[in-house]
Amino acid sequence: MQLNKTLKSLPLCIAAGLMATLPVASFAAEPLKVAFVYLGPRGDGGWTQQHDMGRLGLEKEMGDKIKTTFVENVPETADSERVFRQLASDGYTLIFATSFGYMEPLQKVAKLFPKVKFEHVNGFKTAPNISVYEPRFEEGFYLIGVLAGQMTKSNTLGFIGSFPIPSVIRNIDSMTLGAQSVNPKATTKAIWVNTWYDPGKERQAADTLIAQGADNVAQNTDSPASIQAAQEKGTYAFSIDADMAKFGPKAQLSGTTEDWSGYYIAETKKVLDGSWTGNRHTRWGIKEGMVVMAPLNSAIPPAAVKVFEEKKAAIVSGSLNPFAGPIKDNTGKELVAAGKTLDDATFNSLSTYVAGIDGSVPK
Amino acid sequence: MNPLVPMIASTVVAATPLIYAALGETVVERSGVLNLGIEGMMLIGAVAGFAATRGSGSDTVGFLAAAAAGIALSLVFGFLTLNLQTNQVATGLALTLFGIGLSAFVGHDLAGLPVDRLAPLKIPVLSSIPVLGDLLFHYDIMVYLSIALFLGVQWFLTRSRPGLTLRAIGESPAVAHAIGKSVLKTRYLAVMFGGATAGIAGAYLSLVQTPMWVEGMSAGKGWIALALVVFGTWKPARVVVGAYLFGGVTQFQLFAQGFGLPIPTEFLSMLPYAATVVVLVIICRDPKTILLNQPASLGHSFHSAA
Repeated sequence: MQLNKTLKSLPLCIAAGLMATLPVASFAAEPLKVAFVYLGPRGDGGWTQQHDMGRLGLEKEMGDKIKTTFVENVPETADSERVFRQLASDGYTLIFATSFGYMEPLQKVAKLFPKVKFEHVNGFKTAPNISVYEPRFEEGFYLIGVLAGQMTKSNTLGFIGSFPIPSVIRNIDSMTLGAQSVNPKATTKAIWVNTWYDPGKERQAADTLIAQGADNVAQNTDSPASIQAAQEKGTYAFSIDADMAKFGPKAQLSGTTEDWSGYYIAETKKVLDGSWTGNRHTRWGIKEGMVVMAPLNSAIPPAAVKVFEEKKAAIVSGSLNPFAGPIKDNTGKELVAAGKTLDDATFNSLSTYVAGIDGSVPK
Repeated sequence: MNPLVPMIASTVVAATPLIYAALGETVVERSGVLNLGIEGMMLIGAVAGFAATRGSGSDTVGFLAAAAAGIALSLVFGFLTLNLQTNQVATGLALTLFGIGLSAFVGHDLAGLPVDRLAPLKIPVLSSIPVLGDLLFHYDIMVYLSIALFLGVQWFLTRSRPGLTLRAIGESPAVAHAIGKSVLKTRYLAVMFGGATAGIAGAYLSLVQTPMWVEGMSAGKGWIALALVVFGTWKPARVVVGAYLFGGVTQFQLFAQGFGLPIPTEFLSMLPYAATVVVLVIICRDPKTILLNQPASLGHSFHSAA
């Protein structure tokens, strides 16, 4: 069936390719050319798929004022430098680099094409023509914790980590804080798999966490393997990037997804009206709609949903900051004093577990 | 529940695809052919098995399709190396690269789709024995078939006439040819067998371990299978023990983390590979063990003068 589909779509692709080479009637104003560089395939069911939906949302909003293109499966190596260079010389004036690892190649290419505007996700190096954007994932993970803390029977949560870098440690910390805000007895076990995407390893990690008593498992890796594991074992799990409920309709309680279209539209408009600048670092969360919670599972009792909605509203209104003190790390040392929130410097370089997480951050 | 039980159960699931792929390669190498294309054949098997199971709803069809796809790819290898006498190492590497690309292309529309996992067998009485039932009688049929495959390969290589012929060809194709054995036919059959088992190993990943199709989902397991054949010094029993050992080490690193043992995760991730190197060094320190079992004509093309 699927094979047939692939084969059938071949002539179509060829036709589309031919049409693209035909001369296009020139408009009064040349459309702005916007390019997207993707780490994975568009159909990865996660990270890249969400970015591509953002691109389609941008096209829908802007119509013929812009023209977009994308390059998929671009590794985070010197290859990506070639891709950026090619796009820039082909006249793309706004280029979105949608993976952290493009940071260094982007720095090089941006110097060579000062008129081209670059946007980089999750990075920390900006330039006069590079701005950085990043979702406030910790808000989503805090809410995951709020659900998990209420749903757990063993008071043990699990977390499948990719790499122990600050942006991931923030997520396990905020999930644990969210859980403890509703269930002080909740603790978290972490397993680091040292990969972003390896379904086999993620599956084994999920099985291991479940075997060790974690009945609510969240992940910072990209495949739906842990949702499948929970579905089979009758426990709960949380998706990331995309809604993965089809892999485990009973197991997936909720999850974090991203909606990039709002940001892509805002930035494209800025380029069009000339107000775009580099050297900016934009962090959008639930309030701005960049972080979106996946639909809640009907297994969650109404009382728990109510708590969840209250916390979510508090995050949107700004009255709840996941990293509001008092917070202790898991050796008992004070991380954030009462009445304060985590300062930016510590936030950006966070490398400690908060109290309630077993073990220590791998060095 | 005893925490060891799930750890051992996951080890078995992790080891099963390695057993299929490595046993197949053992037979191939015993016939004197070195096929480095396991990774490619596994991926083709994974995507074919996934597509067939989604299309038909039957796991049997899926595994058969995976075996057929593995055989098809292995025939390409067979034609190139056996008929055209190309270099086996280069051809095998090309086969892996080809398999990675082809499976990604064919599977483009299959990414992100679910399929039901092959369910574990429920054996009356036996499955409900506490601990022992969980340990031994809670797996899917492919786990038991992998043991059967091991017994079959063991018997074939040591007790059957065609198996002894195959080994003779692996040691000295010229002599086997001189006494009237068909080197080409035997090697073709061995290569096809290796293709079928690699395909099945791939389908085990996409239908049992993680029931989904993902580009490059074998994640180096084909190479581990290759290493296992050397690790087991071309003996099926040692290959199987090695596969469980490898599966066990990968499992242990996850369990150790869950228990909060302060061991660096990178070190644990490295363990299976480090173990391979250590074993290779140990084996090579005693040239007799390795030379006794290594097929003398491994990797050499055979051209019959006739």
